[in-house]
Amino acid sequence: MEALIKALKTFGNTLPTILGVILLVGLIKVALPSSIFTHMFSFNPFIDSLIGSALGSVLAGNPVTSYILGGEMLKQGVSLIAVTSFIVAWVTVGIIQLPAEAILLGKKFAIIRNATAFLFSILVAIITVFLVNAI
Amino acid sequence: MRRSEKSRIGIYFLGTMVTIYIILGLLNSSLAIKALQATLSILKKVVPVFIVVIALLAIMNKFVRPQTLTKYLGKNSGAKGWIIAIIAGIISSGPIYLWYPLLNELQKHGTRNGIIATFLYNRAVKPALLPLMIFYFGIKFVAVLTVVMVFVSVAQGWLVEKLLEVKL
Repeated sequence: MEALIKALKTFGNTLPTILGVILLVGLIKVALPSSIFTHMFSFNPFIDSLIGSALGSVLAGNPVTSYILGGEMLKQGVSLIAVTSFIVAWVTVGIIQLPAEAILLGKKFAIIRNATAFLFSILVAIITVFLVNAI
Repeated sequence: MRRSEKSRIGIYFLGTMVTIYIILGLLNSSLAIKALQATLSILKKVVPVFIVVIALLAIMNKFVRPQTLTKYLGKNSGAKGWIIAIIAGIISSGPIYLWYPLLNELQKHGTRNGIIATFLYNRAVKPALLPLMIFYFGIKFVAVLTVVMVFVSVAQGWLVEKLLEVKL
């Protein structure tokens, strides 16, 4: 019982931060529909991978949404590297969750983790597409 | 940052969001209502994960000693720590931010920051979503991406740890 009370207290302390993030995600979802971003690509694979990672970093939601958007982007001629960096950044970089991550895990940790995840999303995209084409 | 200070900052953050919604409601009530509906729909989905996280916190409080955590996830955990982070990251579900309270507890008990970063990176690899991903991108792409992400997660964890050691 004591363990459960301690767990509820720990969770209760973090609840305002989590609720704040959920309110922010709800607002972004309605104010900035994800579909408008699919028209932002330049069709240059290198620039597009940066744009893909940047979009994936600021958008939030279920990964399924990123697959659907990514599938649409491929149909519109966006390169596979850009789409891959987009779906990887979508799940690994969280600009919207950054305040909560900084509060609970430390500002320096949150900034370094998100910045490296951003760079790795481009690297993962390049390696994945290279290997897919090579196999 | 002390626990009470973190809690206070969290309350300020929530207060800021509530104020933004109130201002939005005054300027554009239909958009504010839609945003609230979206928020409620997210809340409904995350409540089961809340329960899982609270249960895990309680189990950790009851059965896991800080020494055990240090042994398996601390500085000298070696390959075991990375493997635990990868598996835990893959099997965990729900939005990333719901796991911050548990990770905060682990961090306080000596878990390496690199292992926490690797856990968070592997939350991108979700077995339940693989069929859907295959539908959109094909099995070869998904298999390669999954393997690359698991390896990169360890590289990222290692890099995060090294960068955190740098004094600014």
